[in-house]
This record gives sequence, structure tokens and C-alpha cells, in this order.
Amino acid sequence: MEAEFSYLSGIECVPGNLIKGLQLIQSKAGYLPDAGIRAAAEYFKIPVVEVEGVVTFYAQFKRVRPGRHQIAACDGTACHIKGSGQVREWLRQELGIDSGETTDDGVFSLNTVACLGCCSLAPVISIDGTVYGKLDRKKLVGILKEYREK
Amino acid sequence: MNQKIKELRVGVASCGIAAGAEAVREALLRRAGALPVTGVGCLGHCYAEPMVEAVLDDGSSVIYRDVDASDAAIDNILELGPEHRFEIPEARRKRELVKVMALAGRIDPTCFEAYTAAGGYEGLKRALSMTPAEVVDEVLKSGLRGRGGGGFPTGRKWSFLAAKSNPEKILICNADEGDPGAFMDRSLMESVPHQMLEGMLIAAYATGATRLFIYCRAEYPLAIKHLKIAIEQIYRHRLNIVGGRELAIEIKEGAGAFVCGEETALIASLEGKRGTPRFRPPFPTDSGFEGHPSMINNVETFGNVPLILRDGAEAFAAIGTEGSKGTKLFALAGDLKYPGLVEVPMGATLNDIVFEIGGADRASVKAVQTGGPSGGCIPVELFDTPVDYDSLRALGAIMGSGGMIVIGKDRCMVETARYFLDFTHRESCGKCTFCRVGTMRMFEALERITAGKGSEADLDLLADLGPKVRAGALCGLGQTAPNPVLATLRYFRNEYEEHVKHHRCPALQCNALVQLKVDLAKCIKCRKCIRSCPVGAIADDFTIDSAKCTRCNTCLEQCPKHAISRISEGE
Repeated sequence: MEAEFSYLSGIECVPGNLIKGLQLIQSKAGYLPDAGIRAAAEYFKIPVVEVEGVVTFYAQFKRVRPGRHQIAACDGTACHIKGSGQVREWLRQELGIDSGETTDDGVFSLNTVACLGCCSLAPVISIDGTVYGKLDRKKLVGILKEYREK
Repeated sequence: MNQKIKELRVGVASCGIAAGAEAVREALLRRAGALPVTGVGCLGHCYAEPMVEAVLDDGSSVIYRDVDASDAAIDNILELGPEHRFEIPEARRKRELVKVMALAGRIDPTCFEAYTAAGGYEGLKRALSMTPAEVVDEVLKSGLRGRGGGGFPTGRKWSFLAAKSNPEKILICNADEGDPGAFMDRSLMESVPHQMLEGMLIAAYATGATRLFIYCRAEYPLAIKHLKIAIEQIYRHRLNIVGGRELAIEIKEGAGAFVCGEETALIASLEGKRGTPRFRPPFPTDSGFEGHPSMINNVETFGNVPLILRDGAEAFAAIGTEGSKGTKLFALAGDLKYPGLVEVPMGATLNDIVFEIGGADRASVKAVQTGGPSGGCIPVELFDTPVDYDSLRALGAIMGSGGMIVIGKDRCMVETARYFLDFTHRESCGKCTFCRVGTMRMFEALERITAGKGSEADLDLLADLGPKVRAGALCGLGQTAPNPVLATLRYFRNEYEEHVKHHRCPALQCNALVQLKVDLAKCIKCRKCIRSCPVGAIADDFTIDSAKCTRCNTCLEQCPKHAISRISEGE
């Protein structure tokens, strides 16, 4: 196992902990690089294809390097009813990226998520875990500007 | 004002934090001097966040809404000023019955003593003074049914696990609240984590479980944090020793898959595998996690258990209807005035919930969607229906876990159905052909219809495929996926027909069937729309180029005279 992923040994080596291990790698690297998948396979003694199978099954796991700031655009029912489609269109226009992509300058990556659980503030997005609600275009542009300057 | 403030409470659950409650808490800590400032959970009035409750010497309190961190706002609270005062609307107070969430927003979720001082762990204490079989019987007698949506009698499920004599038995709390639009479980875990854990400990005692898991969405970091703190406190107070067994309580973070709400899929995920469901039997209570007998209950179900043990099964069963006992939490959102978390006795009508509690405008509501992507919609004409498991099922909807979305007249029901199928076809695990391919075909038909390219054959296809997907799928996801389509076809067929026969979207929502137009009689030529249009679709004479226009509504929102509107394409 590559030294970079030696922290996996902090998790008990039982197959049931595979998802936990992958979550740990993603929390450190920001995504799951090939080497991380190989390391998890080796550590938990599970074939690489099976690990890859688990990774692609769950929405949480990312296989591409994310931007510096991660935007989660909520498309839960309440947000959808309150115009989250419009919010994503604005994001597309402002950032030039679709869900699952990262801007060329590496500042933002965008993902559509099912529900952030703040339905009463719909439509919402979260950036790096901070939730912004009751969005309109002006508010959104202001928020993006703030992060760009960070 | 003679009264003095003895404590300040700030709602710092996820909704509050999203509205800026952390800054308010910091400002209060800075300014309140010796007054205790307590971070509490959710009061359920999300529309009024951030909220601060000033508890007075005599125990009464003054609540403030929409508080910000400015000096003026903080001074107003510290002086018990008149600005931003909040009263629970009378109509809501009359209809709500707060039992499960009684402590939410009242105590510090991270404080063990606060929970016990409010009667916490009394239920566990009483359970431990009974035999395990008596506890199962008590839950059975209470009439509690699973709050995750299925509505299976909880006591019966417990009796299955209790009957097993295996050395290892597993108890799992399903906290993978995957329904978009639902946040009851998040609120309960964030606000009163001990209550759910107490329910689990009682269940462990009653059923003889040896290992406890909480399978929680990774998207709920605050809930996970509060649960971890609470579990540490349980260990410290040795409350995890029941019936002579020392129990470990483990949190497993889900990785984002709706299908993992299904019991066998959840167990596969707990085992570190892809979360695909499998055939039943064997049922989890016979062979579940790693082959051990396992039982799964949802967060709200466990949250009810301490109340049953503390107050007795009769008191619990006195609330509700013949077949559905107790109260139910609903996450109320969509087109209404007071979105938030509400708790009502089973059998309250949709009228009560949507209009009286939610403050929705009677003239503008078209339907309500219950049960998320597995549920159906109920048109406003049927809002006198009592909300219980059996009445909702009879209407083609389901109770679900408690997400309730109010849909206004300006929303398109076909688009709503398309949205749900977009979700379910992506979340289908792919194991059963009918679900994998069937939901995809249904989704494609709905895409065609909302894009103005549908035909009447598409309506026949939907009506034909729906029941087949329902019958041909192994698990709850596939079996319920057609519900949003079949329910809208049943109650709003006219909207589908308008789309396919006349290429019109009656709600003017489907972008492909709508154009934007400036009413020159109202227009004051301020040119705000021209300047704000991101694609330059508005000419100097205020005509809008339909080919360029993306229907993003920016101009419509910018127009100070409301001179721009959406109209049917070609009008």
C-alpha cells in the first residue's frame, strides 16, 4: 500500500468498513484517485473491480479532482418546486460548468444533490458545507463573487 | 418590564445555521454578560429563523424571529423590546400536538443532564423494571407503526427478533432519510439525539439485541456530531448496559443511495457492499447483517418509544385513529406561508396541515405531494382526508416518512411527475429489469411530454408501464416509483392531455411550451430587462427573441412594473 494512504490502518480491517475507508480517503484527498482505490482494495483484501463497483454505486464518491470550492446545488422536491432548475441554469451561465464538472481555473466544482434538508429555505445551494437559501440571481452572483475572492 | 431574562436560547439546528444563527449566537455570547446562552435544536418554525427565545424568571418566554447579529437586534432582545416578536400562529397552536418533538428547541442537544432533567431515560428505567416480553407487549399494545413509511406494526417486528435465540442479534436505526423534501429525522437527531438512542436501548433490551448500528446520511454532519456526543455520554453513564449485556452503538455513514432506505439494501451497504436489495425471505429478522437476525426501525419510530414506556401504551394509543396511533411529524415545504416541521395527531386532515398550520393560500393550492418519490399527489378537493396510513393509501398516495410538499396552481403536474421519475430512474440500483428499464422509459415519455414532443401514445405507455413496474420490482423503490405518475394521471389527466394534444402547459411552467413577452402598455422603458438578460435576447423595441431566450425569468424578476409574463408558445 502506498505510504500516502497508510492512515487506512486506523480503521479496523473488516469488509464492512470498506465504505468508511473510502470516505476517509475522499475526505483527505477531496476525491478518490486511482491510487486510493488500489490502496483500499489492498488494505481490505477486496478485488479492485469490487471496490470500483461500490464507488460507482454511491452518489457521494467522486472520481475527479474537485475545485477549491465545492458547490452542491440542491434539487430536492421543495427546491425543485421553488425553482432549483433556474438556479442551476444561473450557475451554468456564471461558471460555464454542468453538474459533476470543475471550472477550468479549478476554483469551483458543481454537483447536483438530492436534498440538503433545508427545504423551508428553498431554493438552496451549499458551498463547502455552508448553506445559502432563498436564492435569487443577484444573491447567487454575490455569493460566487465572495468565494472567488477568497 | 419587571420580568428578568434567565436564559437565552438560540436555535442552531441546520435550518437555523443556514439562516445565520451562528452569528447571532456569537453576538449574544459577546453581549449577554453572565446570562447563559444555550444553543438548542429546532422549534419547527423554519420560516422565522434565526430564532431566539428569552426565558424569563417565571418560566414564561418571549420568542424573537428573523434575528440578525446587529447590535440593534441584540439590544432589542436583551431589553425584551417589541421588535421581531414571534407568536406561534393561533391556528397552528390549536391543531398541533407536540409529543415526539416536545424537547426540540427547549434543551441543549449536547447536554445529557438537560435531557434527564426533562424526563429523559425515564422510559428506559421503566422498561428495565419490566421483563423484555412485557416491553414488547407494551409497544404492541400502543399500536405504534413504523414511521419510515411502511407502517408495519413496530411491536410485531420486535417480537420477531425477540423470538430468535441466536447469540448475536443486530438492531439498526435507519437514519438514511433519503426522500428529497423530508427532514423530520434530521431535526429529531440534531435537536434531541438522546431520545432516539433511548428508544434504541429500550428496543435492545426488549429484543435481546447485542449490537446497535445507526445508518445515517453523510449529508447530516450536525446530526452525526450530536449523536456521537450523546453516545459518549451514554457510555459514560453506563446506560448501554441492558439486561446484563454491554452494548456497542456504532454510527455508519451512508454514501448517498436512495435505495438504501430499503431494509435488505441498507444491510448490504452496512456490510460495505453495493446497496442492492435481495429477495425476501429470508427476512432480515431471520438473516440480516452478516447472517445474524437483524431488525431495522426508523429514527422517528425509535423517537416514539421512550414516550410509550414513560407514559404507558394506553396514553399513547389514546391519540390518533383506529388504525394509526400517536402523532406524526411532517416536513412541510413548497408553496405555503409557514414551511417547517409540524407534529399533528394521526388523523388530522390535510386541510388542517396545509391551510391551518401551513398558512397556504386556499385559492392558489392545487395539490399536495406526500411520501416523496414513492408517494403520490392528492388534489385540493380531497383535502378533508384524514392523514393516516390507510386513508392515504386508498387515494394512491402514501404516508411515507413525512415529507409533504404543497404544490401551487402555477406548478405543472407533468413536470412534477417528470422530476420524481428523473430521481427514481437514476436511483434505481439496476437489479430488476422492470425498475431499471421501466422507470427509464417512463422518464423518457415524461421528458417528451414536457418538451412538447409527446403524443397520446405516451400517455398509454405510462398507464401501461406503471402497474408493470410496480409488479415486477423486488423492493420498495421500484414498487412505488410509478406512484407519482399514476397519481397525477389519475387526478390531473387534463394537464397531460393539454401537453400532448395542444402543446400547452396550463401552468406555464414547461419552458419548451412557454415564451416570455413584454406588455408594452405597462412597460416604462427603463431597459432593466435588456441590461439584465444574460443572453441578449431582448431587442431595443422590447421584443424577446424566443430562439435566444432561455426562459430564465431574470427579466421577469427585474421588471419593476411586472410588465413581463410567461405565455403559451405561439400566442
